[in-house]
Amino acid sequence: MSAHTHTQPQPIGGVIFTRPVIILAAFAGLAGALIVWRFAAGLGATTALNDGYPWGLWIAFDVVTGTALSCGGYAVALLVYILNKGKYHPLIRPALVTSAFGYSIAGLSVMIDIGRPWLAYKLPLFWHWNLNSVLLEVALCIITYTIVLWLELSPAFLERAKSSSVSALRRLGEIGLPIARKSLLWLTAFGMLLPTMHQSALGSLLLLSGPRLNPLWSTTLLPLLFLLSCIAMGFGAVVIEGSLSALFLRRKPETDMLAGLGSAMRPLLVLYLGIRLIDLAVRGQLGALFAFDLYSVMALLEMALLVVALVLLASDAQRRDLGNLFRAAMLLILAGALYRFDTFLVAFSPGAHWAYFPNVTEILITAGLVAGEIAGYIILIKLFPIVAGAPRRALAHS
Amino acid sequence: MPKDNFGFLDERETIGQHLRRCGVSRRQFLELCAKLMVAAPAGLALTSKARASEVAREIAKARRPSVIWLHFQDCTGCSETLLRTSAPDLAELILDLISLDYHETLMAAAGKQAEEALQTAMKENAGKYVLVVEGAIPRKAQGIYMKLAGRPALQVLDEVASQAAAIIAIGSCASWGGIPSADPNPTDAVGVDAIIKNKPIVNIPGCPPNPYNLLGTALQFARYGTLPECDELKRPKFAYDRNIHDQCPRRPHFDAGEFARSFGDNGHRHGWCLYHLGCKGPQTHAGCSTRHFNEVVDAWPIGIGAPCFGCTEQHLAFRVPMFQTVEIHKATPPDTYAPPFTKQGNVSAVAAGVAGLIGGALIGAGLAASRKVGSADSPTAEPEPGKE
Repeated sequence: MSAHTHTQPQPIGGVIFTRPVIILAAFAGLAGALIVWRFAAGLGATTALNDGYPWGLWIAFDVVTGTALSCGGYAVALLVYILNKGKYHPLIRPALVTSAFGYSIAGLSVMIDIGRPWLAYKLPLFWHWNLNSVLLEVALCIITYTIVLWLELSPAFLERAKSSSVSALRRLGEIGLPIARKSLLWLTAFGMLLPTMHQSALGSLLLLSGPRLNPLWSTTLLPLLFLLSCIAMGFGAVVIEGSLSALFLRRKPETDMLAGLGSAMRPLLVLYLGIRLIDLAVRGQLGALFAFDLYSVMALLEMALLVVALVLLASDAQRRDLGNLFRAAMLLILAGALYRFDTFLVAFSPGAHWAYFPNVTEILITAGLVAGEIAGYIILIKLFPIVAGAPRRALAHS
Repeated sequence: MPKDNFGFLDERETIGQHLRRCGVSRRQFLELCAKLMVAAPAGLALTSKARASEVAREIAKARRPSVIWLHFQDCTGCSETLLRTSAPDLAELILDLISLDYHETLMAAAGKQAEEALQTAMKENAGKYVLVVEGAIPRKAQGIYMKLAGRPALQVLDEVASQAAAIIAIGSCASWGGIPSADPNPTDAVGVDAIIKNKPIVNIPGCPPNPYNLLGTALQFARYGTLPECDELKRPKFAYDRNIHDQCPRRPHFDAGEFARSFGDNGHRHGWCLYHLGCKGPQTHAGCSTRHFNEVVDAWPIGIGAPCFGCTEQHLAFRVPMFQTVEIHKATPPDTYAPPFTKQGNVSAVAAGVAGLIGGALIGAGLAASRKVGSADSPTAEPEPGKE
């Protein structure tokens, strides 16, 4: 591995509670209060969820879209470890942080969303398992992967502990770091396997809904489409996160690497679009795709977003234009998110008399969780060695 | 508890005292009360009590009212239906619950003896008895078309009614003339309330009425000394507030458009709606469709395949031809069918607005950021030193 050729990650330092962090934390605090209310008053009183749509915003966004966005760690690890592109290694730690936060929030959201959270303790008890359940697979995978992600990040914490002024922490770092580094290989391998399993399983969930899912989305290839689009979304998330942190932390953006990611997205997108269109054709649904009703418009919109992203990523010069790359990444994420929202909410119809739109409480809880995630990310990269690369220029006062 | 409007009932023996004197056991009495609760009209103040023992306590306290029953232009059908009550049966009714002191077709006496019985009953209970009138009263030529013991019916009614505490007009004839008053009404027959103006009158129309309507009214009067709440036609609401059509067991056929078109046709044999055979159910108010006669299942006109002829409505029976359909004033069901599913789940406009704001802000911020990212990256746009 080429781990020694690139710059080592360093803590950013600086003031932790800046104004943006405080505002984000306030949103997170509001969400926390609303979550307390949800547990006190129950789902019926606090959400717009109903018997027809028991899965709402929290599942469609926090779990399904959120974990796909958190596939940055998975996508970059695929590049680095499977395709052996070592030059992308500096992107891994920041991507892992977003992944760890995203998956933690997905797990938290599931706990908020399930009707009887007090029975959740049974999840790890294997004698309660129904081995034919897709949902069990998703639950176990997400729990395990969340743990794996934080363990993969443990070297960052242990490195910081090693340089701490507290002797106990220092000892912990000295002992723990070699162990963590040795087990990293296994953790990484595990961390490759788990998202492959559950990101496709998120698609399998909707296989079970049968005719309730509109034919434009209802295909046995759902698991594959979910997997492909989550990798694309992961790359998109890394591009956005990398450009934004460079912008806000006034560092030199890793344009080469990000442009490289942009190039890596292209075959994925073509593959995804091709599979989708061929699948529609084989199932005889191309007519429905151009019926221009709600469903056809939504499906066409998803594909159009991807096509525009492909156009934006067409040439090397375009990919090296960070603003352009950023917009392409946004489109990718939008398309992936739309695909997930469509599959879980829009194209899913439990009966014409059912309606669902998340209420303000649900939206505020989701928004607050995301705000908390961003605040946590900012705090973490300031305290721990996550981000690599030198500042764009020497600080003026130094 | 309703106020005793008449203020004399406590002088008489109560039903409870009477039953004890006659050797009726508490067990038998409770059974009677339970039967009453099942059979007697819903909404009756006495039987709306929760338990048989409570009904028994109330009825035992009631004073058996003295009842004088007069027949005028009638067919005795109302008395016939009363004879066929089974719970309570006639003996229980006239011996235990009321004191029927004069009834021309039931009493054993005849001629002079009968006249004496009437005079005695009137004298003994002057101002306290209940007068039940069955049949219409002819007014033409000073009432000479009907005479009792040599006097016109008009005169007999005046005399007996003047001493009565309350009057119950049983049957359509006593209520507003009924069949004797049908066109061209040769005897100028009318109901009681067209003649007697200064006494409380309850009309129990029907041809015949369900006997429980009379029983319920009489028992309420016996226990509380009050008459039931009535509508504008003086019919007790507890028995006449329901529309036959709305409660009809054949209503689903009406809603489905399944009609009998002639007697004995396929629809008629299958028990379809009788509206096109002239059923007056849509304009008739009575309890028949839910409380069949004398505890016999389907013992009411529509139950045996005969259209309702509107006997409890002044403007229908004997006024509108038997097989003429009536107008339906309420919205017909096909306009108002309940949907098979009700709307579930609601979409809040505020939430949609909030979601739109957040989504719009995210996309806007993303575009702005992409512009910034692009310009910050271009070599010409190095930020100025010291901007920190």
